[in-house]
Amino acid sequence: MTLRSDLAFISDWVKPHSHVLDLGCGNGKLLAHLQQTRQVMGYGLEIDEELIATCINAGINVIHTDLNEGLGNFIDNDFDYVIMTQALQVINKPDVLLREMLRVGQEGIVTFPNFGHYKCRIPLLFEGRMPVSATLPKQWYNTENIHLCTLHDFENLCEELGIQVLQRAVVDHSTLRPTLMTKILPNLFGETAIYRIKLK
Amino acid sequence: MPEVIPPDSVGVVTPQILDFNTPLKLDCGRMLNTYSLVYETYGELNADHSNAVLICHALSGDHHAAGYHSMDDKKPGWWDAYIGPNKPIDTNKFFVVSLNNLGGCKGSTGPISINPETQGIYGADFPIVTVNDWVKSQVCLGDTLGIKKWAAIIGGSLGGMQALQWAIDFPDKLSHCIMIASAPKLSAQNIAFNEVARQCILTDPEFHEGRYHDHNTKPRKGVMLARMLGHITYLSDNAMRDKFGRELREGKLNFGFDVDFQIESYLRYQGQSFVDRFDANTYLLMTKALDYFDPASKYEHDLSKTLENVTAKFLLVSFTTDWRFSPERSQEIVEALLKNKKSVSYADIEADEGHDAFLLPIPQYYKIFTNYMQQVARDIPEQQGEPA
Repeated sequence: MTLRSDLAFISDWVKPHSHVLDLGCGNGKLLAHLQQTRQVMGYGLEIDEELIATCINAGINVIHTDLNEGLGNFIDNDFDYVIMTQALQVINKPDVLLREMLRVGQEGIVTFPNFGHYKCRIPLLFEGRMPVSATLPKQWYNTENIHLCTLHDFENLCEELGIQVLQRAVVDHSTLRPTLMTKILPNLFGETAIYRIKLK
Repeated sequence: MPEVIPPDSVGVVTPQILDFNTPLKLDCGRMLNTYSLVYETYGELNADHSNAVLICHALSGDHHAAGYHSMDDKKPGWWDAYIGPNKPIDTNKFFVVSLNNLGGCKGSTGPISINPETQGIYGADFPIVTVNDWVKSQVCLGDTLGIKKWAAIIGGSLGGMQALQWAIDFPDKLSHCIMIASAPKLSAQNIAFNEVARQCILTDPEFHEGRYHDHNTKPRKGVMLARMLGHITYLSDNAMRDKFGRELREGKLNFGFDVDFQIESYLRYQGQSFVDRFDANTYLLMTKALDYFDPASKYEHDLSKTLENVTAKFLLVSFTTDWRFSPERSQEIVEALLKNKKSVSYADIEADEGHDAFLLPIPQYYKIFTNYMQQVARDIPEQQGEPA
């Protein structure tokens, strides 16, 4: 199974036999992969009925959930990892959800499109237009991405919320892995940011 | 009447009857020394008897879940949309068993059966049965059919409650538990509706304290009113608006108390046709079974504790406009299962049809149910040789 580059990273970070919650699990590929390769036990949360059907087909446990309503169904520290890939930016209150993630999980793993990437900066700087790219394909008025941020923004928020960054990876979609440029100037050359976090 | 049997139908089916002579001790303290259960089966049982699926019916349902009893039948069984070749409960893969519960009026021992002790009709003497009693009798049915473990036990509404009771009391006897539009117990509002329905029947002058058979009559008005009330709660406000609006039956107001609006005509029709096919004492019993269902009461009213030992994998489905068994009620069960780290999937289907949605072929519900049943099929051990 080919996994999106950010998902391949996550899969490396997750310890075998752990208990995992995947927020906005989409088609269930990540969780299915973790079940097969890491023998995790877990649940995916998804809002879209079509995707719920796909998840069931993928053989994962999926719970119909609107993440904007929080994680009230879950008790404190119930999971080893709470994962959220490419969903932070569509949430009404990302700060509240980050705190919720680390209430129910020991650790959090978060991925999001980096708005500090040079391809986002160029249209803004030279054309004065909102960026439209492969990672952010929609127009400003019809995008679900209502809370975009950069690596710096995210790390500042973590600081404010008392969250410690345990691990960070930044990938570039043309190479699907970290490059020299993403290592030197991650906020400029990283298209997708992947963080492993926990409460301080 | 079907001119030809559709290719995705189980076709013409014949109910079967099993007689049980081992006394069944009921929750009310009384014993049923002998009883019969009527049931239908669809599909073939495989060699190691591991592909059996049990269908539990709701308040007014029965064993006739799929197919036709004859070519003269106007309608197929109550869940024909979901049971048949290549349907979600695929009879090419599963051996489906659907029974009429004890206390029913469609062939299993109930108020219209003969009481062997008096040789008269049970009528009001038939004991009040509970979901727990039903499940115990269903275990006996499974044992007799040679099914040690059900691949899945499936039910909607009151049927879902039976599936849940199975999962709690007989964890080793089912692999999957599928509850649709159900609840861990009734709310005060649910009980209130049931009480009004019962009062309709109990206060009908033709009820004769349940001995209406002796008087060669039936509490027609009471049963009709009870069913009319029920129907209002099974539909959503939206569904009623879409289906009937304020449409007038004769295009004008009649300034009388007869039918003006289409909805009145619909409810009267539903009520009247129910009288002919359902027994008043059975209706009373079924509503009591619903009211009494509360498996957590044996576990300090703690639902997560109640579900601590379940081993079945769960699928729960609710419907957004169902206000009789609202999505929150299904979510209570989901939450309790999550606390216990049990295998569970849940979908709250966007549907306008209210509680009735569980019977209808709604595309997303159909797809989720289909995909889940394919998982159930994948869990069945591979068979050596031909089906039994």
